Amino acid sequence: MLTIKDLAVSFRTRRGEVNAVRGVSFEVKEGETLGIVGESGSGKSVTSYALMRILDAGGRIKAGEAVYSGVDLKRASERDMQGLRGREISMIFQNPRAALNPIRKVGHQIEDVLRRHARADAQNARAKAIEAMEAVKIRDAEARYDAYPFELSGGMCQRIVCAIALACDPKLLIMDEPTTGLDITTQKAVMELVTELIRERSMSSILITHDLGLAAQYCDRIVVMKDGAVVEAGDPVRLFARPQHPYTRKLVDATPREGASIRELLPAEVRTPEPPRRISDEALLSVRDLVKTYAGKSGPVHAVKGVSFDVKAGQSVGLVGESGCGKSTTSSMVVRLLDPTSGRILFAGEDLAKRPAAGFARDPMRAKIQMVFQDATDSLNPRHTSRQTIAEPLRAMAGLKGRARAERIEELADLVGLPRPLLDRFPHQLSGGQKARVGIARAIAVNPAFLVLDEPTAALDVSIQAIVLNLLVDLRARLGMSYLFVSHDLHVVRLLCDHVVVMKGGEIVEQGPTEQVMTAPADPYTAELLEAAPKPPARDAA
Amino acid sequence: MNTMTEIPPAKTALAEPQAPPVRSKGALDHVIYVLRDNPVTLLAFAMFAVLMAAAVLGPSLVPYDPLATNASEALQPPSAAHWFGTDNLGRDVFSRAVVATRLDLLISVAAVALSFVIGSALGAAAGYWGGWLDIALSRVLDTIMAFPLFVLAMGIVAALGNTIENIVYATAIINVPFYARLVRAEVNIRREAGFALAAKLAGNTDLRVLALHIFPNALPPMMVQVSLNLGWAILNAAGLSFIGLGVRPPTAEWGIMVAEGANFIVSGEWWLAIFPGLCLMFAVFTFNLLGDGLRDMVDPRRRT
Repeated sequence: MLTIKDLAVSFRTRRGEVNAVRGVSFEVKEGETLGIVGESGSGKSVTSYALMRILDAGGRIKAGEAVYSGVDLKRASERDMQGLRGREISMIFQNPRAALNPIRKVGHQIEDVLRRHARADAQNARAKAIEAMEAVKIRDAEARYDAYPFELSGGMCQRIVCAIALACDPKLLIMDEPTTGLDITTQKAVMELVTELIRERSMSSILITHDLGLAAQYCDRIVVMKDGAVVEAGDPVRLFARPQHPYTRKLVDATPREGASIRELLPAEVRTPEPPRRISDEALLSVRDLVKTYAGKSGPVHAVKGVSFDVKAGQSVGLVGESGCGKSTTSSMVVRLLDPTSGRILFAGEDLAKRPAAGFARDPMRAKIQMVFQDATDSLNPRHTSRQTIAEPLRAMAGLKGRARAERIEELADLVGLPRPLLDRFPHQLSGGQKARVGIARAIAVNPAFLVLDEPTAALDVSIQAIVLNLLVDLRARLGMSYLFVSHDLHVVRLLCDHVVVMKGGEIVEQGPTEQVMTAPADPYTAELLEAAPKPPARDAA
Repeated sequence: MNTMTEIPPAKTALAEPQAPPVRSKGALDHVIYVLRDNPVTLLAFAMFAVLMAAAVLGPSLVPYDPLATNASEALQPPSAAHWFGTDNLGRDVFSRAVVATRLDLLISVAAVALSFVIGSALGAAAGYWGGWLDIALSRVLDTIMAFPLFVLAMGIVAALGNTIENIVYATAIINVPFYARLVRAEVNIRREAGFALAAKLAGNTDLRVLALHIFPNALPPMMVQVSLNLGWAILNAAGLSFIGLGVRPPTAEWGIMVAEGANFIVSGEWWLAIFPGLCLMFAVFTFNLLGDGLRDMVDPRRRT
């Protein structure tokens, strides 16, 4: 149905021509779901943009062939492509909110596509749009027709995007990271909906993702891409069981899965035994009846409704839940960026909740509690080099100057595995993993006893995630730190934490030792979370 | 802090694949790059250099004393001896136009610098702390903006007295709201940014976070505003002089020269007003072109 042969795409940039895709070949058969898996920069999205001929300015198809049902996509006129897009080939983008026009009712946006491809006229457009919304299982479609994108949840927006993409019964659906940024249960719901629709309409589809586990679950065949080229292709179960190419092996290894220890995420040749550490019996941090209530426009909003948990010295506790469950609010209060409405935060015997967050920067306890942020890019000052970033806490809290500070910065760089020459780079000149290292170096600069990790690997590729998680394991043993690991992903939490706290709707629904919660969840919500995570096929013993 | 030096170095096993080395460039390299990348910026900077040369060296280069009158040579059309002709008192228009550059640039630069500083401080405070401070400041600034700017400046100069300092103050006050609003918006969107929170965690007080972390990130768009404003400020100062509320004769200043020359256009002596007018246009045009280039120069993200 779709055949791609030696496709090469290049971009003109300031530093000359960049070859984003170099000689990719694959085909999609009728009714087949093909997964394109690769990490950022592998050219997987660019390949799909090239097929739709929606490359950014400066990009062009340099060589190769792309034929869809006898139409040469490389040579087709822009007019022909316009007819093809949406009607024959349709696309679902990564960020559903960005893909929708924010100031147009979602119903109208569906109508636009229908009318553009003459599937509806002014009289029946509304009815057809509602029909399309019902097809993607939107409850109460009649009422949702008049909603604006900001009034809908992320999952609901993605359903609207699906409705738009499927409105004209395309033969081929390209999904570019359709569930990135969605909660794990929403991810499952969206993926199952799409798979069902694809099967029902016997469409072909391409699923582009960085998540090998997700691809394995929903695709008939997988193509693994690296640096603009296909390194391996084949059946998902086979690919997982016996990866041929070293890169595929590395990806398979790095994908968190049941039964794998944190060290097993790393390639076999660099695995070292997990360092021993000591967990004390005494609580370093005790959170008691912590409450945060915001004054909202329509009455008070209860973000956190009385949570209590302990973190022992040397222990790592996972705080798990979906977006809006109050886990980030809780961690902000613990790290003293936000004042609680009521409750106590006992740290080393002192109630920190009594000290206002506004003046906490000058508190002697500031150096003891630090944080690694979710988005490494957002958390680094774009105008500061890595060196300046790491110097901040050393200057303000340790009072280090001149040579002593410079030495300590280099020592920290070595500690987190950041090559010293990168210290003089700006954030935009660093890769995601390098930025994460800078963020970690800054957080541990003043030897904190307690570190809050707010989804520190959420924005990273799996192979980098594996490296960063292992770095955190090494650092915790070496520096004797306690972690509060905030995450939505139970499988990642399992790797790092001794104890898990599961939150939902501002309350703790379950907490206990990690193994117990993971194997025998007491609360149905925990079970649902575990169930929703993609389950990659087993890997043959290497 | 000494306890930390005992930590053994990290294992190299965890090193991830290295990106190809990026050559770090100095500030000068970057400026040269921006100039080469955009010919308009290069042109703008060349024009700016001409203006600066006229301002700095002008008085020592011009062929005639800009204030010396010579009744026998009054109202001469442009010639080889007097490139821009002479005015009704026989003064060389070219010399006067060149010498005026320094005064006009001084007024506009001083006014813009003053409004930049005041506007940034007010806007940053309003954007960062919000609340009643934001509401009060925003309304005051809105009120200033609601006045016809030139009328406001006229009022200020008329009330305070007809001196160069007062022209600077008047021009500065009417420009403050533009900076304050821009900075307020830029600071507001970064108030909760990860790097601002991280700076707080690093032990920085609110004031430091604002001044050293958030505010510098607002500089690139500010530069565009600064250069546009320099153009307006020159026009404003010249305008005040034109209606007799600014620099007083016989000082050489473009606004007065245009005002004085305007009387002679009817009788055919066009050169009196046209040449200082062109100088004014040249200066405003230069500053308007300069904006984007300046923005690119203060943005480290462009240094790739």
